[in-house]
Amino acid sequence: MPEIKFMKGNEALAEAAIRAGMNGYFGYPITPQSEVIEYLASEEPRHNYVLLQAESEVASINMVYGAAGAGARAMTTTSSPGFSLMQEGMSYIACAELPCVVVNVVRGGPGLGTIQPSQGDYFQAVKGGGHGDYRLITLAPNSVQEMVDFTVLAFDLADKYLTPVLILSDGAIGQMMEKVILPDPVKPSTNKPWATTGKKANRERNIITSLYIQSEDMEAKNLRLQKKYQNIEQSEVLLEEYKMSDAEVVLVAYGVTSRICKKVVDLARAERLKFGLLRPKTLWPFPKAHIDQLAEKTVTKQFFSIEMSSGQMIEDVRLVVNGRKPVNFWGRNGGIIPTPEEILAALKAQL
Amino acid sequence: MKEGYQLLYKRPKTLLDKRMHYCPGCFHATVHKLFMEVIEEMDIQEKTVGVCPVGCSVFAYDYMDVDMQEAAHGRAAAVATAIKRMLPDRFVFSYQGDGDLAAIGTAETIHACNRGEPFTFIFINNGIYGMTGGQMAPTTLEGQKTSTSPYGRNIKKVGSPLKMCELVSQLPGVAYAERVSCNSPANARKTKKALRRAMEIQSQGIGTSFIEVVSNCPSGWKCTPVQSLDWIKEKALPYFPLGVFKEPSK
Repeated sequence: MPEIKFMKGNEALAEAAIRAGMNGYFGYPITPQSEVIEYLASEEPRHNYVLLQAESEVASINMVYGAAGAGARAMTTTSSPGFSLMQEGMSYIACAELPCVVVNVVRGGPGLGTIQPSQGDYFQAVKGGGHGDYRLITLAPNSVQEMVDFTVLAFDLADKYLTPVLILSDGAIGQMMEKVILPDPVKPSTNKPWATTGKKANRERNIITSLYIQSEDMEAKNLRLQKKYQNIEQSEVLLEEYKMSDAEVVLVAYGVTSRICKKVVDLARAERLKFGLLRPKTLWPFPKAHIDQLAEKTVTKQFFSIEMSSGQMIEDVRLVVNGRKPVNFWGRNGGIIPTPEEILAALKAQL
Repeated sequence: MKEGYQLLYKRPKTLLDKRMHYCPGCFHATVHKLFMEVIEEMDIQEKTVGVCPVGCSVFAYDYMDVDMQEAAHGRAAAVATAIKRMLPDRFVFSYQGDGDLAAIGTAETIHACNRGEPFTFIFINNGIYGMTGGQMAPTTLEGQKTSTSPYGRNIKKVGSPLKMCELVSQLPGVAYAERVSCNSPANARKTKKALRRAMEIQSQGIGTSFIEVVSNCPSGWKCTPVQSLDWIKEKALPYFPLGVFKEPSK
């Protein structure tokens, strides 16, 4: 029987990780996501996972590397400055093809910034962040329920593709409380023949590495990675549409901003303005094919990318629309959550 | 074997039959062999997981026939921590150089030791950055010339060489810390004994074991292998004295 609870986003994510069979958590406290490690610490005696508060985010992500390489369902969670510290590790994990889940509950930046919610880490999430050619499956929840659902999904995608999966949340989704349906606990597969668990007599030694010192080997590795990324782009795009069937003005928004934009659409429709919302649930892979179709439709007049940043996702929308329709931006940043009325007024001025 | 011959010396089966990339005379080869002998003699090949660093021993997994993970520069202790926590009945070791363990990875080293993570550090201290071409290390001796201290290490400018065994032995989490060398057959035998003891301490789960090997770098020191042994005896060992710095409490 599914269990229904009233929970904070960060705690719901932690509970979902337990139910998804996470058996190794390594993290360092940082606002606004410390509830994750606090929840896991208080639940620890009732479960069978390894929990360790590391000395830094640099250590956390490398512990995730070690645990994932040893066959664990490993996770770490952090917020923006902490995620910056993890970038080297993300690159190593992507190249070593280790499955793990990393959560960034984004706060306002740059620098030490603010502990208020933001979407300023979009570029870092979907354009790399660390060095080299790699991609992160990036899931963007917009409710406490999706903090749960995407955590379960993230572990499964990580195992399916042997790749790190990022949940790009924000301080608002992490901190707010909502009704949530919790899934039944699962026992994930432990069949990981590549894991470093000790070399048995009947197999070669297992090596987890991201070192390919011969150029030809490194190129071959990159080609293999790119093939995997192409498969992911073809198979794993997730999106939600709201009142899109006759929409002339397409709002593109993700995370907490998409919740606000639903209200914007309703307010606009009350004024006979045909607004609709397209919400990427996966920021990478980005819903390119879908936006491409929208750009072709005669009914589509204009796109707006609405973000709690200075305009980052808009670059991906523009790349797909490629000049066929106007693509405009509106956003607040610094940790300010805009109101629907404020957004509608601003968009009407740009129509 | 030929009739009338007696086998006195052989490669342990845990050490792969490969030509090593290490420079002639380098102790890495010696320590690899001694450590793999320990793994063979303790019959723990199936239960051993190693972590190799960034530096000359980045390819240690090409020679040691055990499961291994390659860590980012300085993070071997974090990686080893997680492996040991996930697989507490395995024997876990990190094999690190001085730049890795005592410069970029100092935080990970100290905190793993302070938590008493029950894995074994094998710390190869040759006082120089070998793989990157002979730059100054945190353990470069005062006055020692390297490519980034061409007039000799100036301790007023860059501090004194770090004595890691002395440092970590202050931490309650560390069960066993010993500094050894391989500059003579007798010392090499002591190194093997220390490595074995460190692995035995792992199975007791009583804390971190830390073996520092005062090592050499004929290429980086710009001398012959034999001259490097003299340097160890005359310069390195007076500053980095050999011996046991921490014993498991009885």
